[in-house]
Amino acid sequence: MRYFRHLLCVVAFMFACISANAVGHGTDENGSIDLQGILFGHIQDSYEWHITTVNGHPVVLHLPVIVKSSTGWHVFSSGEFSEEADAAGNRPGPYGLYISGSEANANKICEKVDGAEVRPFDISITKTVAVLFIDAILLLLCVLIPARWCKRHRPEDPAPKGFTGLMTMFIMYIYDEVIKASLGKEADKYAPYLLTCFFFIFIANIMGVVPFPPGGGNLTGNITCTFFLALCTFIITNVTGTKAYWKDIFWPEVPTWLKVPVPLMPFIEFFSIFTKPLALMIRLFANMMAGHAIALSLSCIIFIMFGINAVAGASMTVVSVLMSVFMMLLEVLVCFIQALVFTMLSAVFFSLAHVHGHAVKE
Amino acid sequence: MSLITPDFGLLFWMAVVFLIVLGILWRFGFPVIVKMVNDRKDYIDDSLRKAHEANERLANIKIESESILQEAREKQALILKEAATTRDAIVEKAQDKAREESNRLIAEAKAEIEAQKQAAISDIRAQVAELSVKVAEKILRKELGDSGKQMDLIDRLLDEVSSSDKKQ
Repeated sequence: MRYFRHLLCVVAFMFACISANAVGHGTDENGSIDLQGILFGHIQDSYEWHITTVNGHPVVLHLPVIVKSSTGWHVFSSGEFSEEADAAGNRPGPYGLYISGSEANANKICEKVDGAEVRPFDISITKTVAVLFIDAILLLLCVLIPARWCKRHRPEDPAPKGFTGLMTMFIMYIYDEVIKASLGKEADKYAPYLLTCFFFIFIANIMGVVPFPPGGGNLTGNITCTFFLALCTFIITNVTGTKAYWKDIFWPEVPTWLKVPVPLMPFIEFFSIFTKPLALMIRLFANMMAGHAIALSLSCIIFIMFGINAVAGASMTVVSVLMSVFMMLLEVLVCFIQALVFTMLSAVFFSLAHVHGHAVKE
Repeated sequence: MSLITPDFGLLFWMAVVFLIVLGILWRFGFPVIVKMVNDRKDYIDDSLRKAHEANERLANIKIESESILQEAREKQALILKEAATTRDAIVEKAQDKAREESNRLIAEAKAEIEAQKQAAISDIRAQVAELSVKVAEKILRKELGDSGKQMDLIDRLLDEVSSSDKKQ
């Protein structure tokens, strides 16, 4: 019960932060709530890290911009872009660059070359990249600290306690229940990749739930991140695939008329090579993005209802807080489940690509 | 829609960071931990097996010690019994010997006493004879103080001798 109360406090605090965050940059000129602006402002990438707004002044972390435009490499702070948009909706900055307000390149750095809007070669440290760095450092700490313990101790020493014990247990849970269960003897070959995937996704997910820096970013809810992870799984699956795996794709054991005049089954099998990682990518992305969207929407309900009248707002606040607490807890569960699902499916794809003919399978 | 189009900058950083992290963790992270945990598992299994064996051995030792104890007890009883019989035998023998010795001593004493008695009797006899001779001498001397009497005696003696001759 005591722990539950602590948890409640933490969640309420998170919720308060989200609310403050949301209301900070969410109101447009006539005072109503710009829900879409709030949602996309949070879910999408940006060149600065908006933390909160105090007395109308936004508290923003300006992140470095690294671009190679038509005039060469430029590295400068994103604070050099003006706060106000010009007539075209663009926010001008140095070197002829501006943050576009156009439909095609919304909120991206662009430049005008021969009158046309083009995107320069842009490897800026955006908010999501910063979050990626933070998550990567956290991941390294979470794994290298236990690894260091393991290096410095012999098997006959007493069991590790505290953080090392927790991480060891966690890692071995994934290793035994997911990786070993799917891959069997091949487990050790793929384990580092799968474990890295799992903990990378898990830490990114959890850090996304934390509503204030260093958390609060939307890394795994960004399709680029899930695209890259799915691409890795895709490459490993097909590069380490055995002969039997490729034979099953191009010459599966089905009635001949399904593959000879019209290669129906080979076509379907070949297509499935791409759909599998695609499903991985979309699943993780959609789940995490939806989680963020729901958390923000539930907070925004309060302000929308206050816009109608105070009584509706006050009564809705209670409902919204309860719903947010519930969603927050659910979201923590989803963080774990999605990381687990990604890892488990990757492991299953690897094991499917590792068939050694049908004799071995049985 | 920009929500579902991968962004190149993020993809670049994602690739760099993820591959570096993967490399580090592949080299220094997960295999170390997995190996350690598996080693620990083996070690614990081994220890458990050893403990089990030791327990079994201990149980065996207990049984063995009990049997040894039992045996010792039996032996003890046997030895005690033997000792008792030996003691009895020795006592018996000693008693026999003592009885024999005492019998022998008694017999010797008896023989001695007999011999002493005989000697004493013969001594007494000799003394009695001497005494009687002396007494007879004295009597004779007194009786034969005068020559008449001597003559009477001689006569009587002679008579006696002659009568005895005649009888023959």
